[in-house]
Amino acid sequence: MRNKAIVSSTPSDGLPARQATVIAAEDLRKTYGDVAAVDGISFSVPAGESFGLLGPNGAGKSTTMKMIGAVTQRTSGKLSIMGLDPDSHGPEVRALLGVVPQQDNLDEELRVRDNLLVYGRYFGLPMSYLRPKADELLEFAQLTDKAKSKVDALSGGMKRRLTIARSLINEPRILLLDEPTTGLDPQARHTLWDRLFRLKEQGVTLILTTHYMDEAEQLCDRLIVVDKGRIMAEGSPAQLIREHSTREVLELRFGSERNAIIGPELQGIGERLEALPDRVLIYAHDGEAALEQVSSRGLRPVTSLVRRSSLEDVFLRLTGRSLVD
Amino acid sequence: MSTVTGHSVTEEARNRRFGPLYSRNAQAVISRGLMATRSTNWLVMLSGFFEPVLFLISMGVGLGAIVGAVQGPDGTEISYAAYIAPALLAVSAMNGAVYDSTWNVFFKMNFAKLYQGMLYTSLGPLDVALGEIFLALLRGLMYAAGFTAVMGLMGLITTPWAILMIPASLLIAFGFASLGMGITSFLKTFQQMDWINFIMLPMFLFSATFYPLSVYPQYIQWLIQAMPLWHGVELLRQISVGVFTPATAIHVGYYLLMIALGMLLTTVRLRKLFLK
Repeated sequence: MRNKAIVSSTPSDGLPARQATVIAAEDLRKTYGDVAAVDGISFSVPAGESFGLLGPNGAGKSTTMKMIGAVTQRTSGKLSIMGLDPDSHGPEVRALLGVVPQQDNLDEELRVRDNLLVYGRYFGLPMSYLRPKADELLEFAQLTDKAKSKVDALSGGMKRRLTIARSLINEPRILLLDEPTTGLDPQARHTLWDRLFRLKEQGVTLILTTHYMDEAEQLCDRLIVVDKGRIMAEGSPAQLIREHSTREVLELRFGSERNAIIGPELQGIGERLEALPDRVLIYAHDGEAALEQVSSRGLRPVTSLVRRSSLEDVFLRLTGRSLVD
Repeated sequence: MSTVTGHSVTEEARNRRFGPLYSRNAQAVISRGLMATRSTNWLVMLSGFFEPVLFLISMGVGLGAIVGAVQGPDGTEISYAAYIAPALLAVSAMNGAVYDSTWNVFFKMNFAKLYQGMLYTSLGPLDVALGEIFLALLRGLMYAAGFTAVMGLMGLITTPWAILMIPASLLIAFGFASLGMGITSFLKTFQQMDWINFIMLPMFLFSATFYPLSVYPQYIQWLIQAMPLWHGVELLRQISVGVFTPATAIHVGYYLLMIALGMLLTTVRLRKLFLK
């Protein structure tokens, strides 16, 4: 490619990319036998947005991703990817997408750079395009010095970056990321987030599933909270926190046996109280003030912490369950 | 990369015969396979070639010294080695194709997740199936050419027709590879994979490989004639001496049917497994 951008964002019709809807799902359903993995969800994603599906394991996130990725056929409902129906136009839809699956499925029999070249061939792209593109993507994934290494010699974070580089070989307009940082150490996660942020800046539409709150807050412009195949809430991270939680949260630990017992004694402090096995959460606009009230009632928690509300709290409020268990 | 508009893509899909199953790019799967051979163990590859050669030397030359001359397909007498050589070629075509389309495919499907990655691209299941089968045949071609050369060196070839054994063994390999890949798609565990050997070994021993079918009672003969390897053995044996009868056409027809059914099964199964 002549330009430096990893993905060219100029749409063919000359309209500004940000106005077009790239993914539209309407009452989307997928059932396996009697089990509804995805139970009637609707959403639409404009070009260039970073859109998240947040939910616990088994919520239907991956199934939704597979339907978008044209590798699983839906049971009913409507789905359109850049105007195409993935059920009838599988190869064409997949040509527009980059996919980073939950588990790395790199080609272990090939070397690092060859993984990129061969993957590009699967899209029918010519070698004259692929050779410079592969080098450019290795640079982007900070793997240039590993070009000739074997895949199994790479660290977990490097494999993930290579998988992302591979997913960009066809200059996709939409990148699907299924749990992109699960299993990575904090430093590797931050490196990966930085790379994804750059893609977003270049106008790539990111669709990602995660059960990590911090990841959703870092990367997503807008997200849907999914549980048991249904959408529980939709909005930007800040909006969801505003609507479904208080500004601050006071976390108290009284020791594992006493958390539940002490619950009733805390009634009336803050807006809402949530007694979990390991801690008590008090939702309040002013956490410090709530803590003072706790002390004035003569209660002495082992530890106390005032923090801002997160998407974890939103999820807890909406479903009554924690995201990661 | 060129961007395509929704309309022209729709037209394209409508005009395409196999719709979402095929994107006319089996070639990419083939070049991947060739690139991957750089890291394969060449000794393992070579063992597939030496196996029938060792059989030919031990049985043909060793046992042949006791057996002496036997009756060939046209009724004339030929050496025992010349009698079993085409049969061994058919067996090696079967073994190579079955190995490539069962164990190799089983591993790539269930452990390496290779096909999963391929099918996230523009490739369809039929591209993958055709590409993998082509690779199996390429390997079969090398073995067949090598074995035919060994037959020539051992003085077992008496007619130029014998060169046709090479394409004919590809036909045999294609039949086994396409059916083998389809069957593998049903199997989930290593124990189930062992069933394949359970079928292959008796087929190798009893398909008129080392002695004529006439030694069996009639009903056993029918059973063997229903199995694919016997048709392969007979086909190559006829070609090796340049004798062609109506039975030749039946043998070829058997394999053409096997290829058609195998490809159909494989495509249907890959679709079910990966585009569910």
